[in-house]
This record gives sequence, C-alpha cells and structure tokens, in this order.
Amino acid sequence: MAHAYTPGLKVSNRMRYRCRRILPIPGDVLVETGTTVEAQQVVAQTFMPGDITPLNMANLLSLPPADVVECMLKQEGDTVEVGDALARTKGIFGFFKSEYRSKVAGTIESISGVTGQLIIRGEPLPIQVLAYLAGEVVEVLPNEGVSIEADVSYIQGIFGIGGETYGRIRMACGGHTEELTQNLITDDMQGAIVIGGARMSAGAVRKAIDVGVSAIVSGGMDDQDLRDILGYDLGVAITGSEQVGLTLVITEGFGEIAMAERTFQLFSEREGDDAAVSGATQIRAGVMRPEIVIPLSESERQQIKEGEHSDGLLEIGTPIRVIRDPHFGLIGEVAALPTQPVDLESESKARVLEVKSEAGQTFVVARANVEIIGS
Amino acid sequence: MISVDTNNINVILATDCGSTTTKAILIEKIDGHYRQTFRGEAPTTVEEPAADVTMGVVNAVTEVGELANRRLIDDNGNIIRPATDGEGCDIYISTSSAGGGLQMMVAGVVREMTAASAKRAALGAGAIVMDVIASNDKRLPHEQIQRIRELRPDMILISGGTDGGTTTHVVKIAELVAPAKPQPRFGGEYRMPVIYAGNQDAAPLVERTFDDSIDLSVVPNLRPVLERENLGPARDRIHDLFLEHVMAHAPGYEKLMEWTDAPIMPTPGAVGNILQTIAEQQNINAVGVDIGGATTDVFSVFDKTFNRTVSANLGMSYSISNVCAEATMPTILQWVHLEMDERELRNRVKNKMIRPTTIPQTLEALIFEQAVAREALRLAYIQHKEFATTLQGVQQQRTVGDTFSQQTGGQTIVDNMALDLLVASGGVLSHAPRMQQTAAMLIDAFEPEGITTLAKDSIFMMPHLGVLAQVHKQAALEVFEKDCLIYLGTCVAPRGQGKPGKPCFQFSLEGDGINEQGNITVGDLRCIPFASGVRAKLRVEPARGFDMGAGPGTAVEREVKGGEVGVVLDGRGRPLQLPENREQCRKSIEQWVQALGLYPD
Repeated sequence: MAHAYTPGLKVSNRMRYRCRRILPIPGDVLVETGTTVEAQQVVAQTFMPGDITPLNMANLLSLPPADVVECMLKQEGDTVEVGDALARTKGIFGFFKSEYRSKVAGTIESISGVTGQLIIRGEPLPIQVLAYLAGEVVEVLPNEGVSIEADVSYIQGIFGIGGETYGRIRMACGGHTEELTQNLITDDMQGAIVIGGARMSAGAVRKAIDVGVSAIVSGGMDDQDLRDILGYDLGVAITGSEQVGLTLVITEGFGEIAMAERTFQLFSEREGDDAAVSGATQIRAGVMRPEIVIPLSESERQQIKEGEHSDGLLEIGTPIRVIRDPHFGLIGEVAALPTQPVDLESESKARVLEVKSEAGQTFVVARANVEIIGS
Repeated sequence: MISVDTNNINVILATDCGSTTTKAILIEKIDGHYRQTFRGEAPTTVEEPAADVTMGVVNAVTEVGELANRRLIDDNGNIIRPATDGEGCDIYISTSSAGGGLQMMVAGVVREMTAASAKRAALGAGAIVMDVIASNDKRLPHEQIQRIRELRPDMILISGGTDGGTTTHVVKIAELVAPAKPQPRFGGEYRMPVIYAGNQDAAPLVERTFDDSIDLSVVPNLRPVLERENLGPARDRIHDLFLEHVMAHAPGYEKLMEWTDAPIMPTPGAVGNILQTIAEQQNINAVGVDIGGATTDVFSVFDKTFNRTVSANLGMSYSISNVCAEATMPTILQWVHLEMDERELRNRVKNKMIRPTTIPQTLEALIFEQAVAREALRLAYIQHKEFATTLQGVQQQRTVGDTFSQQTGGQTIVDNMALDLLVASGGVLSHAPRMQQTAAMLIDAFEPEGITTLAKDSIFMMPHLGVLAQVHKQAALEVFEKDCLIYLGTCVAPRGQGKPGKPCFQFSLEGDGINEQGNITVGDLRCIPFASGVRAKLRVEPARGFDMGAGPGTAVEREVKGGEVGVVLDGRGRPLQLPENREQCRKSIEQWVQALGLYPD
C-alpha cells in the first residue's frame, strides 16, 4: 500500500526556523548578513507611493481636453501645495479667466491631453518591516528585505485573528482541559501572551482587551463568541488585519475542545520567554496558519534537543487527532490502515483507519478526518 | 508539450488539482473503445508542509495505480511513459483550480456593456473576477484607484469602446489603472500582465499610458460593435498568460507543467468546453453546475449562447461559512427534517472551513451538508441568472405589435421552462451516497420547470474530459457518453402555485415495461422508478393555473429517459415556497424525504 499523506499542524520544542521579511515594494534594507536582531527591530523600510487624486481639469475649467496641457501652470513632476493655482484658462480677449486651485498637496504625476485628466500623487507613505523573529540575519535580498533564522520552539495554530504581536508567555490555566474564563485574566497580564487550556470564553477575551493583553492562545472557542468579538460573521478564513485590540489563536478548532496536552506542556516549559505571535490565517490561496514563535536562549539551546519531525505520512503508530465528529478532538495513534474503502454511517464509501485512543479504545474513522500531530 | 499520435494512445492518465482534492482518472482503450477504468484521489498539497502540488498528484496517481494494478510512478516519483504491459501511461494531462485558481480584475467603460463583456470573457476563460471597474460603477475615481491598489489580481483585462468610436473613455480607464500600480498576487518578481481588448484606435494611447512595470498585451476588441461580442482572442490570451505567469508561480506547478502533455487548463474552463460540446451536439439547452470547496461555477447554454459564472465565496469547505452567513442558518435548517442544535452546527461549519478536507461520517452531518449545498446552489444560480443576459446597449427596432411586450436589453436568457438538461458535478453532488440525494438537491436548488432531464457527472470527470478533448477529442467524447454522465431521470414540475391538497396535474407514462397514470396534488412529491436506458411517452395535463410550457392548463407530451432515480413528479409548485412555520416545514420535508427515499430510516 502506498503511504497516505495527511496534513498536520507543526508543534516543535526545538527547530531551526527561518522567516523572510520582505517589503511590499523595493526599499532600503537596514541590516547586514550576520547581524543579530531583536524581534521588534526595523530591518527594512521604504515609502509607498502616496494616495492618488485624479482631477478632470477639462471638466473643472470647461475646456476641451486637448487644451488642458497648455493651460497648466504646473507641469508633470512639480510639487503642489493646497491652494496653489494648477491651471488657468486663457479667457476671452484676456478677460474672464478661470483658475483651478489645488485642494490637495502632492506631486503632479501626469497630465493627459487625451482625457484632460490630471493625476496628483500625495506624500509617500512610510512602510517599515520589523524583524518579527529575534535571531540572526542569514540573507539580505537587496532592496527587498531579509531572511532571519533562529532556533525556536514553534507552535502552529489552526485559526487566528489579528496581526503580529509580541510579549511574554504567561500560563493562565492549570491544565490543558481547563477553560479560559474571565476570572483567570488578571491585570498583571498586560502585554503578555496568555495561554489558556480548552475553550476561551467571550468574557475572557473582553477582559483581556481591557487589560491590554497582546495575544490569547487556547484550544478552542465558540463561533458565536467569535462573531460577537468581531461584530460580524466571518465568511471566508482570510484573517490578519482585524483590529479587535489583541491577537487570538486557537490551536485545535471551534467548540469545547482542549488544547493538545503536548502543546500545553510546551507552552508551560517556555513560560516567561519572549515570543512573537501572528494571527494571520489564509486557508485558501497561499495557505497561512497562525503561529507562536518562541526563540530559544543560549542555555535553552544547550538543553533542548530537536524533536523528530514526521514528513506527513500516515503509518501504524503515527500520533493523530480526529478533526471531525464523531469523536472530534480524540487523540490517539493509528492502529490499522485498511486499503479497501468502507461504508460509513452516512452511507458514503471512504478509506478509513483505525485509531487507538489514549484510553485504549479503538475507533474507525475516515482517513480524511484525521490529522497528524507533533509533526 | 510533446506531439501526440492519437492512434497509438491506449492508456491516458488525467488529474484535476482542485482546491481541496486532487482527482486522478485512468482511461484505457478496451476492445477498440476508450473507457474510464479507475480513479483515485488525495488531498491537494499546496499547503505546508508539502507546499508542492505534485505531491498530491503523485498520491492520487499512486492510488489509481494500486487499484488498476498498474505501476504509474517510478522510483524517482515521476510518471512513467509510454505505457507498456502493466506499467505507465501514454499521455498525462491536468487541470487546476488549486491555490485559488485564476484571479482577475476587469475594467470597462460602461458597466452594463463593455465591462460586462470583459467579465464574460474572464469568466469564460475560467477566472474568478475579483472586481469590475467601470466609469459608471458609482465609485469616485480615487475610490476606484484605491480598490485597484488593494487587489492583488493575477492579471487585468481592460476593455471599452467600439472600434472606431471615441477613445477618451477607455484611455481614462487605463489612466486609473496605471498609477495604481497593482501588485501581482505571487510577489513582485514578475510584471503585472494587462490585456487590452478595447477600441483598437485607442490601443497606441493606452500603450503610452503604461510604463515598464506592466506587461501589456493588445488583442482584438471584445466588443467591436455593440451588437456583437468577440470574446475568443481575449480568452485565448488569458489562457496563455495563466500558464506563463500564474501557474509558473504556484507551488510545484513548474514541475507539473513539465509533466503534462497538454497545457494545464483552469478547471472551470475545461468544464465549460465539454458542456458546450454536448449542448451543440444534441441541440439542447443545458445547465451545468460544479460545486467545489471554495467556489460554485454555473455554466449554461441557452439558444447556443454560453455563459459561465463563478460564485467566488459559495462552496462546501473553504467557503461553507460564507454560505451560512449569506443564506442564514434558519434558511438552511428549513431543509433539515431532524432537530439540530444551532450553536453546535455553527462550530461544525467553522471547523469544516478551517479543515476543509474532512468528510461527513455521520448521517446527521451528511443531512446538514446537503442542506447547505441546496442554499449554495440556489444562491449561485440566482447570481448566474442575473449575469446571463442579452447584450445591453443594442438598438432594437420595434413595431406596433411589440407595444405590449417591450423587452429591453439585459434580460436574463436563463429560462427554466426551456431547460432540457441539468448536469451536476462537484463533491457534494457527485459523491452523494444515494442518487436520489443528488436529484433532490438539484430540484430544490434550481427549481427546473416543465420536463427536465437530470444527470450527474459520475465521478467528477468533466474537467479531465474538457482538457482531453484538446488532445484527443474522440477519446473524450467516447468516455463522456459511456462513463461520465449518469442519468438520474426526469423531473416533471409545472409552473404555478396552489393550495396544498388541490389538483396540480394528471400524468400518464407508457413505455417498455412501464404503464403508470395518476394525479398529483399541490404539495405532493412522487418518484416512479424507471430504469436507465429505457424511454417512455409521458403525457402531463396541468390543472388550471399551472403551466407545463404550452400555456396554463394545456397538456404536453414528450418522450422521456429513465435513470437511476426515475421520474420525479413534483407538485410543490414554482417558484418553490417552503411553509414558514418551522414545524409544518419540518413535516413537509420529512414527507418529501420519504417520498424520494433520501436517507436510511
């Protein structure tokens, strides 16, 4: 039988992590190869072309478009301020001239003799790219950005909202099955990355926003709570630009589901360490999952050995999680991989596997409904 | 691409890399005829950790190889060619919609005219249209520029003006696009492809508007005169640029392009090709639907006019949450005869969205997914009807006789009464465990009127056959006729509404081994099993106020085909309205579920 491939989320106590930090348009790279950078250090910056204001000068001055060019008082490339005269008509025998004064500041980018349209581009907008990962610059892409590498503990979540943020790991729950409730959020968690256990409640999220928590990471959450926090029903899983006051990451899924024990254990071991979190999730096109990146200190690098990574192959003994009902959230290992498709309760025919739970029970689950854990 | 000698082709391997699943089929020449023999599938691997589409292809092909007892992949992970006894294939072809498919922005001068034609060209080529910019789209120029800057399309199509007409407006559109400097989706390494298909007199002016950051191609005007569209050249250029730019930048596609013996086609483009061929050959009006994980495509051919729409955010996995948001949960639950907990369902929907490759294992999960599918299909069909219209802007000559039947341009050409064939494809329809489920989803969502043949793409083979038709038309048509379409049967449904329990229509069905007559009352649904391949004469006499296509109360006679489900006699009325009271609605649905034998007891 061929190996079956099943995607899974990455959870690793130690791995070499490399991230590319690229400007959206060419600009200046501020660091060199070999430099050690901090997470919130600016590594590249540029200016994005400013906003555009189109002005139809032909209409504004009641001119034929072809006459606009010769009526212009400012030319392509000239800088204009608010109130500057941009164009003046010739009038009738030198009288009754009309004039147009700019309502915006910027530079004249183009003047069209075909349409009579003038394009004014506003002040350039500064864009800065932070390092995100505290580590070593291993590659400089001239005018574009850098690649940074570091040994890190790395946890990939299944879904998140909100952008990149930073803080110290702070455990809020006593165990991976404990729900993250409002009373577990305290004032001294300001600026921290708060780790819950099972479902995070809407009350806990609201309190965390009030306190000024940087991010919350927990096993699950209710869709209804997500809708209340966002103020709308999320239709497509393309997130990262939400402005709700903090970044949220769930590691397992929606509903009452506990964080995988291994993940919770890993966070506990890293408590107090600085971390970077990104809630950006894009399940379509370009696939991006939220992540928590915890760079290792020199002493931690000495102590922690790199875990074994699975290459996404399902084999007997592979640790898996069931990701759909029935048995949603069940964790166990593959006990058998029958080749022939089997009739499910829904009467669908599908390839299945047998999963042996941590309690020793065996269940038959569709292969499509499991994911590998600890890859 | 290698040259193909069609006489020596005995084994054909085809894959379709969908956004969720990669499907592989094997076609073999058996006793001189091409037949589809085995199929396999595997999750699409554009996602980390694989981030290489060929990995999913290899997995799906390996599964086919195992089932066929034929080694198709060598030790280096490459497809073995040519075919020998028990090994390899002669040609390998593929379609793709993975990684979000082809995403385009189109622009035109007038939204209802050239911009609509540009949208049709892009959709016909298999693209998802992210936005349509037009002079009259009710946005101010700076808002339009801002929108262009925010979008990250794979390419842009600009149209506008008829040949020889005014150049100003289309140049103005180009002047909006140029300074916005739209960024391509796959990074800044390649220049944004822009296709200009507008007034040819304006082409030099448009060329001057753009600088070197844009890769501009000029093709013949897609609306040379208002009365005629010429979408072919623009569509061909879109296909070329799709291969040159988009495919080359998606993870693993460079390798996949090397493997295939024909250019990779966007999946919807391939499905459109094959549907047009059928409608043309049989001289019928047809509607095809392909409901995928992210999008739902609807294709129609009415009076030889082809239209395609993509409902970008209506789908059964990535977009399932959007279907629930747009249709609302109470509307979806109307189709469910079991009691379900809404909070629990909401979580399940989101879990499906974030883990799109899972399948329903329990009966309850299946019933709910099929309810969502009905709403996704219904919404997609509404969008299609709004888009598939007659050309706007065409001058019409009217006589006194037209006084009371004046029709303007822009009327929908989709007419459910004139529809002859409705074809279903896509996971939730093709893989439904019972054929009755597929038929019921089609009838409930599309509400066909009169007499309509229902069919499904047996194992979602239409994309493969669409691209195969480019290389080996005979093989594609043979497989299509013998293995692709499964006839579900015929739906009989008069237009009109009445009180439940009152007469709706009388029918008689006579043919080989079948002789049935009866009355259908309003609100009834009945299924008469009627074997596939058998033909019979159907006579339907609608009650007063109901119309079968010949006028209210007028009888119609037609020869109909049998199928896996049979003849479905639908007295629920058109448009179909479900009882507003939840308990009454649940009872009606339960009655219909039993009438068609949709689910196990």
